[in-house]
Amino acid sequence: MHGFYDFVSGPLVWISFILFICGSLYRLITMAVLAKEKDPMVYAYMDFYYAIRSIFHWIIPFGSVNMRRQPAMTIVTFAFHICLICVPLFLFAHVILWKESWNISWWFLSDGAADIMTMIVIGSCIFFLVRRLTRPEVRYLTSYSDFITLAIVAAPFITGFWVYHQWIGYKIMLIFHILSGEIMLVAIPFTRLSHMIFFPFTRGYMGSEFGAVKNARDW
Amino acid sequence: MHDSGKWDWETGKKEVSDIGKWMEEFEWIEEPYVSPDGEKVASVVRTGDEMEFTACVNGTAWENTFDKVWYLRFTPDNRLTGLVSDMGEWTVAVDDQVWENRFEFVWNSMFGKDGRNIAIAAQKERKYLAAVNDTAWEHGFENMTNLTVSPDGERTAGVIQTVGFGETEFLKFQEGCYSVAVDGKAWGRNFVNVWELAFSPDNRHVAAEVRTNLYDYTIAVDGIPWKEMFASVWKPQFSPQDESVTAPVKIGGSWTLAQDGKPIWGKKFIQVWHHMYSPDGKKLAAVVAPEFGRWTIAVDYNAWELTFGDLVTDAVFSPDGNSVACVGKEDDKWMVAVNGTAWDGKFDMAWQPVFSPDSIRVAAKVEKNGLYTILADGQPLGKESEAAWDPVFSPDGKKLLIRSIREGKYFREVIPLT
Amino acid sequence: MAEPALKTGEIFDEGLDKGIAKLTPEKIEQVVSSVLANETGARLRVYTDTCVHCGLCSEACHFYLSNDNNPAFSPAGKVKQTLWEILKKKGRVSPEFIKHAAEIAYTECNLCRRCSMYCPFGIDIAYLMLVIRRICHKLGVTPQYIQTTAHSHAATLNQMWVKDDEWIDTLMWQEEEAQDEISDLRIPLEKEGADVFYSVIGPEPKFRAQLIYQAAVIMNGAGVDWTMPATPGWDNSDMCMYTGDNEVMGRLKRAHFEAAMRLKVKRIVMGECGHAFRSVYDMGNRWLTWKMPPIPVIHALEFYHDIFKEGKIKIARKYDQPVTLHDPCNVVRGRGLHEMSRYVVNQTCEKLIEMEPNREHNFCCSAGGGVINCGPPFKNKRVEGNRTKAEQLFVAKAKGAKTVIAPCHNCHGGLEDIIHHYGLNMELKFLGDIIYECMEK
Repeated sequence: MHGFYDFVSGPLVWISFILFICGSLYRLITMAVLAKEKDPMVYAYMDFYYAIRSIFHWIIPFGSVNMRRQPAMTIVTFAFHICLICVPLFLFAHVILWKESWNISWWFLSDGAADIMTMIVIGSCIFFLVRRLTRPEVRYLTSYSDFITLAIVAAPFITGFWVYHQWIGYKIMLIFHILSGEIMLVAIPFTRLSHMIFFPFTRGYMGSEFGAVKNARDW
Repeated sequence: MHDSGKWDWETGKKEVSDIGKWMEEFEWIEEPYVSPDGEKVASVVRTGDEMEFTACVNGTAWENTFDKVWYLRFTPDNRLTGLVSDMGEWTVAVDDQVWENRFEFVWNSMFGKDGRNIAIAAQKERKYLAAVNDTAWEHGFENMTNLTVSPDGERTAGVIQTVGFGETEFLKFQEGCYSVAVDGKAWGRNFVNVWELAFSPDNRHVAAEVRTNLYDYTIAVDGIPWKEMFASVWKPQFSPQDESVTAPVKIGGSWTLAQDGKPIWGKKFIQVWHHMYSPDGKKLAAVVAPEFGRWTIAVDYNAWELTFGDLVTDAVFSPDGNSVACVGKEDDKWMVAVNGTAWDGKFDMAWQPVFSPDSIRVAAKVEKNGLYTILADGQPLGKESEAAWDPVFSPDGKKLLIRSIREGKYFREVIPLT
Repeated sequence: MAEPALKTGEIFDEGLDKGIAKLTPEKIEQVVSSVLANETGARLRVYTDTCVHCGLCSEACHFYLSNDNNPAFSPAGKVKQTLWEILKKKGRVSPEFIKHAAEIAYTECNLCRRCSMYCPFGIDIAYLMLVIRRICHKLGVTPQYIQTTAHSHAATLNQMWVKDDEWIDTLMWQEEEAQDEISDLRIPLEKEGADVFYSVIGPEPKFRAQLIYQAAVIMNGAGVDWTMPATPGWDNSDMCMYTGDNEVMGRLKRAHFEAAMRLKVKRIVMGECGHAFRSVYDMGNRWLTWKMPPIPVIHALEFYHDIFKEGKIKIARKYDQPVTLHDPCNVVRGRGLHEMSRYVVNQTCEKLIEMEPNREHNFCCSAGGGVINCGPPFKNKRVEGNRTKAEQLFVAKAKGAKTVIAPCHNCHGGLEDIIHHYGLNMELKFLGDIIYECMEK
């Protein structure tokens, strides 16, 4: 048990961070090289100003027409993504770990806030799950991998929530929490979670095409 | 080429005709055309109130009048041709002499290099054919496009439709319904498509871009396709040295040049077209794109460092084959470039540069703000004008003939070069 | 989780049926791998990897909305039924699958790019559908009507089998007709060095020659120094871009631009056509490696806007019927000309009643992307697949609009069918019709 905990909280952390960072770089670099070879026009038409213009409209809540048309989805999506990124980075318990290991620290969330934000993530995951099961146009696109992806994202938050509230078996749950967090990190470059790394490029390219070439808005 | 040695290279500036005064006589005057030697200026004009048209040369109208005249063009030997119609029949008029043959339509007049031979595309009784010097092909075809004349102008070739099919009969089309007719005789082999044609310098052979199905492109020479197939091809050219044929071909994602089916250039260009041989046949140049959206000239596979973003066109070899000049465009401004160096000056338009016979000098016509200038080695020569034609060097390369219109008057001017 | 496609009714099309009759699974696999390996790259990979299957693109699509939110018609739903499956099975799909994929890609998607504005990631679904069309072209599985049009392009370099003499003859005929109205009017052929090269689509000389007449009157009225070529290259249209025959697409665009370059014109002005604009401004030029058109291309809407702004045309009396304005995808999402068209409409018409949504968010006419060119077998699906547009038009009509201005040929065809099918009883006009009717001559 302790041995496994040490492994999960020691070498596996290293491995997962290395896989996450190197994997992301690998995906970006291989795509950049592939684009240079097969889609050279992407480089020719990419335009910094119009890329930023488009990205800006799509990272501001209700910045696009479709976001205004789907208010519930918009609110949930933004809340989800903000909490998803902020909780692991600014959770007091996580900041402490960085402090202990590397003697670096930064601003952290109050436990109460983090708790609420975690619930937002979990709630959002439930929302996405229900939406996926009930909305025909989403259900139609759904494959098993979509549920797995959702589970990968939800797991660290559910387990973290469990551990924080010290519910039954929370010690084992801590191991699951660390493990699921590591799985999620590793999954980012290699699953559809890679939309995290590719978003600026796909959005930026469409923004460039619409803005610089076609003189039109894309939001 | 026309024998410019016989032209007047002694008279300096000469007013050939006051076009402004033509208006006193004619109600309708179209844009002027000028003979290669600069001695004649002509327009389509309407004579009197009736809808009768003719050509006016140096202020004097042809005696013949027509219901319609179009496509006024001078031959290289300074004769004026026009496509004319009367009573619904079309033919060709050359220096006011009308061909005997009559057609339902004529278009696309073309000339051999010395101008002796005049060819046209024609349609008669819904059959398509060519005619040279008033002699038509023996029989016509369901369609004919891409009329091409041999360098001496004696022979004509065209892409013909040999098999009829209904517009929705797509499978029949895909079996191949097109071929090439040379002097009216079909090749005897059909292709799915045939596009641009090229005659050999000795006038004996014809090469064509063909597609043998919807996907395989190659070059056919005298009806026989290369064995090698490509993703696409552009117009072939015959070598002036031997009977070999080269063409730009697409292999994978890049374009190269192939000779008799075998690639002779590497794969570094993403576009290659308008390739040309030096007059001695020893060098090959082409308009190429070394990267997406950049254009330049490559000579024997070596690309210039100078590139243009908008386009490169009108490339030409010097007579000695040691130089290449072209027109390029960047940010909507036109430039002239010689051997990889652009002349100073950006214009609203630039025309194909002209080399002197000794290959030492280059001249070109350019336009800015609606005014035309002749540049010699990059420097303006003479005054700006309202209209101008390409400059012509004297045979010794020491003088330049400038043909231009100023204040409504057409001038012929020979300027000695220093 | 995947459900079967919720569509009924099989359509017979000779091009598709005879096409798949020749296919073997090996052939399909080989063509799919070759297209994927040689002709696609990072864009395709990133687009398929990035899509999170959220379905937010659905309501962008008029096919989806008009088919009672049938998910099989949603943009991502079409990708799922075609590309995802092909990628998952590495090209090992059946001939019947290919027929179904062809039907989706050619006749259920107008490549209008509206979904790219609804996808949070800006995934270019039109591009993915074009990849499917490319595969289908390479497999020889294309709808018969559009394929025969592609053959016309290949053989004549125009869309309508117009022969070289017929083209010139039509221009001369229109010139003569117009001279009855304006005696000094001219359609200048092959005038080297003119300012403007005017190009049209094949159907104009074939079926709508009066549009050339009207264009000549407008050009003359505005005092433009213009010309038209008497050679192939006059046609700016391009169905090969839509069948997936990129090689012929390139050939057509080259002929068009080189005709303009040969005539040494400053710019190309083109008639009111949307897909042709896409072909010269976006797709054909790129295949040839011209990043932007080598000779600037001015769409009719921009040209009209400019001549009105410069005061070159005066209006004798404004068009008095209330009008509504359709925004053609290829010049609105494809060029942002929506404010210019409104400027011209306001200059020429008494009253403009807007359809909602409009401008970049317009709904396609459902004819674009080559869909109308797939012909009668798919007409019902096309017209019923755009109830959304009919509803938009109906609302505009209820507000008083009598005339629909559709400054695009395909939109014209599509809207004509919609107006007829849904009994809307509205008049349909090109913007050039209105200008011609109202200008001082």
